[in-house]
Amino acid sequence: MGIAEQTVEVVDLSETPIRELNQRLHDAADGGPQNWRITHPNGLHAIGAGINAPLEIDIDGHVGYYCVGMNKEANVRIHGSAGVGLAENIMSGTVIVDGDTSQSAAATGRGGLLVVRGNAAARCGISMKGVNIVVEGNVGHLSAFMAQKGALVVCGDAGEALGDSIYETHIYVRGSVAELGADCIEKDFKEFHTAELTGLLAEAGVDADPGDFKRYGSARKLYNFNIDNADAY
Amino acid sequence: MTNEPTPGAGMRESALFDRNVIHEIQRKAREGIYDIRGFGAKRKVPHFDDLLLLGASVSRYPLEGYRERCNTAVTLGTRYAKNPIELEIPITIAGMSFGALSAQAKEALGRGATAVGTSTTTGDGGMTEEERGHSEKLVYQLLPSRYGMNPDDLRRADAIEVVIGQGAKPGGGGMLLGQKISDRVAEMRDLPKGIDQRSSCRHPDWTGPDDLEIKIGELREITDWRVPIYVKIAASRPYFDVALAVKSGADVVVLDGMEGGTAATQDVFIEHVGIPILSAIPEAVDSLKELGMHRKVQLVVSGGIRTGADVAKALALGADAVSIGVAAMIALGDNAPEYQEEYEKLGSGAGYYDDWHEGRDPAGISTQDEELGKRFNAELGGRRLANYLRAMVLETQTLARACGKSDVRNLEPEDLVALTIEAAAMARVPLAGTKWIPGLNGNTE
Repeated sequence: MGIAEQTVEVVDLSETPIRELNQRLHDAADGGPQNWRITHPNGLHAIGAGINAPLEIDIDGHVGYYCVGMNKEANVRIHGSAGVGLAENIMSGTVIVDGDTSQSAAATGRGGLLVVRGNAAARCGISMKGVNIVVEGNVGHLSAFMAQKGALVVCGDAGEALGDSIYETHIYVRGSVAELGADCIEKDFKEFHTAELTGLLAEAGVDADPGDFKRYGSARKLYNFNIDNADAY
Repeated sequence: MTNEPTPGAGMRESALFDRNVIHEIQRKAREGIYDIRGFGAKRKVPHFDDLLLLGASVSRYPLEGYRERCNTAVTLGTRYAKNPIELEIPITIAGMSFGALSAQAKEALGRGATAVGTSTTTGDGGMTEEERGHSEKLVYQLLPSRYGMNPDDLRRADAIEVVIGQGAKPGGGGMLLGQKISDRVAEMRDLPKGIDQRSSCRHPDWTGPDDLEIKIGELREITDWRVPIYVKIAASRPYFDVALAVKSGADVVVLDGMEGGTAATQDVFIEHVGIPILSAIPEAVDSLKELGMHRKVQLVVSGGIRTGADVAKALALGADAVSIGVAAMIALGDNAPEYQEEYEKLGSGAGYYDDWHEGRDPAGISTQDEELGKRFNAELGGRRLANYLRAMVLETQTLARACGKSDVRNLEPEDLVALTIEAAAMARVPLAGTKWIPGLNGNTE
């Protein structure tokens, strides 16, 4: 089907219940509309939770908690700000939010890409397991807490306890870091990291020089219990 | 085993500093770390053994033990789910992770539970094919760590259990030590092999009951409102926690007492945090009744359930079903005498072994060691578990019929008395031979 022939399914959430919208989005995995525009989200929760298909979705306005939670394959653009747990446990696909996000954005995400044009609040990327996150603004405290895999790119500043108890996630910050969390240290850039950061900035459509960033990651001192590290626990 | 003196006249052991205490002080002094272990609380706390059932007599009419029907089926998740779980027996298998247990052991749990028409539960570490494939009814846990969490498994689960706490460690997270992290476990958890894997104590994307309600709403949306959503809490403040779980939209509340088992937790946590299940059930039932939700939101209780008598007493106090973990492992073959020699090599003995976190279980159950795992026959283990469950159900029915009940859930507090003042106060049933329920009707009767 050519682009000109593609139709956009418009769902007005001031008239359509969330349940009905989500059921239709889930059913789209078996065929049906692939392009969606959701209007009047008005901070409603769980919009697009559990999508399981390569849909193209635009959401016109602010969304509540857990928007597109556990997303698989869909590409979602939120023309507004997002509440708690945006794209939590995202598996794949791309989620771009034009505004800010509340806490726990992309928490435990296992794949895909989250781009935040504004700021992300506390716990951004908490326990992330493979998702890549690019935040054009700042991130709040405890971001990348116990982060396991994937990359967190912060073009602004990072709050306290960044990367606390981090495992293998790569963190890149252009601005200041209020405080590093336990076992999180600044690390050298290697060729791989420069390429990774350059690629993520390009994918997110962010015009920034990778050379302006610092990299942080795990010191790996807390990987196995050692009584001599007791003061860090 | 170490050389221990044989106690004799003149050798008076201290009640405060007994041999276990002295051993533990010496061990801490050597190693500088608290004791981590599996199993559940080993201290004696008021339990179902402190209650007795009142069989029928002149004032009550019993049912014929081998003839008359006594229903054991229970349906869980009738509040909101399109597809509640229908169990043939009121005993379920508690969450135990792949990682803590071998894949073969998880398979055996599925085989045994399915044979008698009940459910198993995944645990912290994701859903394995062995478990899904052999469990007709599988409850998928959503834990703070979210190890292995994915929407496909959510959609193929028969119920979802949001785990907030575990009776062995209310307020605590988990730990899977590096020696149990095989390639497969590491891959499922998205972490490197061989490192200690900590499971956090708090969920990453919600922080209180208002958030939990929205979280449960999201899970319902992802699963199209098909499956029940349980909320599992550790018994610490059950009156309030049950109310908040109900308010948050739970279909089922799972209440785990301090006796509940664990794969790896600090001993100090296991023995000193939380309250006995005996004392927690009445508080939970009170909470449900005050909300008008008793029997509408089903209550599943766990923590030291071993026999049909425990089951009958838990149901009599108002639970809809029980859950077993440690007992299920023992039924599979854990702590079996045939491995006595090997348990001794590990500094333990059959009947004492609790170092499940070390991954050296001679029975091949709490291990990821391939060679040890091969010792365990999943088919045989499943049969043993099914036998054990059937025997427990028969015991439960025997007691229910003796109390004149045609359904095990018709057992009620009125069928119970307590052997001790403590148990009477906690379970809120009279001290045997009296009408006295300490705390409820004073001390005048």
